[in-house]
Amino acid sequence: MKYTKDHEWVKIEGDTATIGITQYAAEALGELVYVELPKIGNKYNKHDAFAVVESSKSASDVYIPVAGEVVAVNDNLNSAPELINNSTYQDGWIAKVKFTNLEDLSEAMDEAEYKKYLQSK
Amino acid sequence: MKSTALNQTHRLQGAKMVEFAGYDMPVQYSDGMLKEHEWTRQGNVGIFDVSHMGQFFIEGVDVVKFLSTITPTDFSLSQNFQAKYTVLTNEDGGIIDDLIITKINDQKFFIVLNAGCKEKDANWIRKNLANNLKFEELTERSLIAIQGQKAQEVLSKLLANSSNLADLAYMHLGFFKLKSGQEIFVSRTGYTGEDGFEVSIENNLVEKFWLDLSAHSEVKPIGLGARDSLRLEMGYPLYGHDLDDSTSVVEAGISWVISKTNTGFIGAKRVLNEKTNGVKRKRMGVKLLDRGVAREGCEVRKDGKKIGVLTSGGFSPTLKISIGQGYFDPLQVKIGDQVSVVIRDREINAEISSINFVEAKTKAIKK
Repeated sequence: MKYTKDHEWVKIEGDTATIGITQYAAEALGELVYVELPKIGNKYNKHDAFAVVESSKSASDVYIPVAGEVVAVNDNLNSAPELINNSTYQDGWIAKVKFTNLEDLSEAMDEAEYKKYLQSK
Repeated sequence: MKSTALNQTHRLQGAKMVEFAGYDMPVQYSDGMLKEHEWTRQGNVGIFDVSHMGQFFIEGVDVVKFLSTITPTDFSLSQNFQAKYTVLTNEDGGIIDDLIITKINDQKFFIVLNAGCKEKDANWIRKNLANNLKFEELTERSLIAIQGQKAQEVLSKLLANSSNLADLAYMHLGFFKLKSGQEIFVSRTGYTGEDGFEVSIENNLVEKFWLDLSAHSEVKPIGLGARDSLRLEMGYPLYGHDLDDSTSVVEAGISWVISKTNTGFIGAKRVLNEKTNGVKRKRMGVKLLDRGVAREGCEVRKDGKKIGVLTSGGFSPTLKISIGQGYFDPLQVKIGDQVSVVIRDREINAEISSINFVEAKTKAIKK
């Protein structure tokens, strides 16, 4: 699993990237009450805002860490957005993207690097 | 930035602090806003540090007459220890602030007003103050709201054995003694729609009081975030958002603060005219029918045309849908109308609703 400076996580399986937001981001937002999911078939460039997560406090964009086409979205978040808080790296995934270029992730961090990055903040 | 006497206590209890009205205040504790809201709403007790609000005494022989000049309420009708929600009006009939004024006796009243308006209100009151009146801020006192269905049960445990909190009616104040003997002012008031109290207590006693309350398993500290969602569900207005210097009480739908016997208050001309002839905009509730979170500033449309903007909005943890309030033309818009709220350029289906989205559980006035 890789992590970005904007606090998204990415899991690569074959040509598909599963994307969510990190525990740190989920905790900072508080319990989520709404997730605006992208549409299947939408194509995005790297770093486009492709989803929105909202807590009672505020709304935040989620930036896509790899360019590609959305092939699946986590519909469970429609009825249970809090899955992102409670099962951040499993059931709290947001979308799966068929990516075009894995190079997009060259700046992404592994777990140890991300932890260090959080400590430096 | 200013802080309350409980600043360090909030931090030790895991609060996330934010700036609010010039004060460093807890917006939430570790449980988060949703859980704090539900805790307060669903049978437990939430305690809120609202010491940033202004507390004042106003005293003198002509104080009743003066208060009936600066507000639309006739305070000669108040009983001793009765608390009244009202507003300060400006010369144009707009609202300077909303506040609670409690009669202690014919010559002395206790005032609690909004933190963000403290200076403005005090300047206005002093500017209009008759020479024989004394108006002083109680800077040495903190204010704690204790809200929820078990509030009476919990607060009673901290009071001297002789006190009977059950006798204190809704919108009334009493002087009570703590077990240690020190006196506190207890008002059966609040801004959550739950039964509960607001306690005015000396700064040097407040930390122990707060921790003694916190020690009960039914009690959790609650931040400003949940305070806002709790009041939004009740349709209570928040000054600076839902009320301002240009809105009148008639537009805001709180014209019940006007006493029939008071026609001489500042700004009465516009206000009484609106009461008789109606208004072009009236505060109403908006309830989303589809998912999304409506927030302050969101445009509201009917048949594709803009009819207003939300002055407050958010997610209702009780209804599990987003709600808000705004001002609309009562000739054009009525309860039940299908409208839409624009969120990030998308129209989300909504309807105009009664502004009290959730029924209040405040104790009925006894007398």
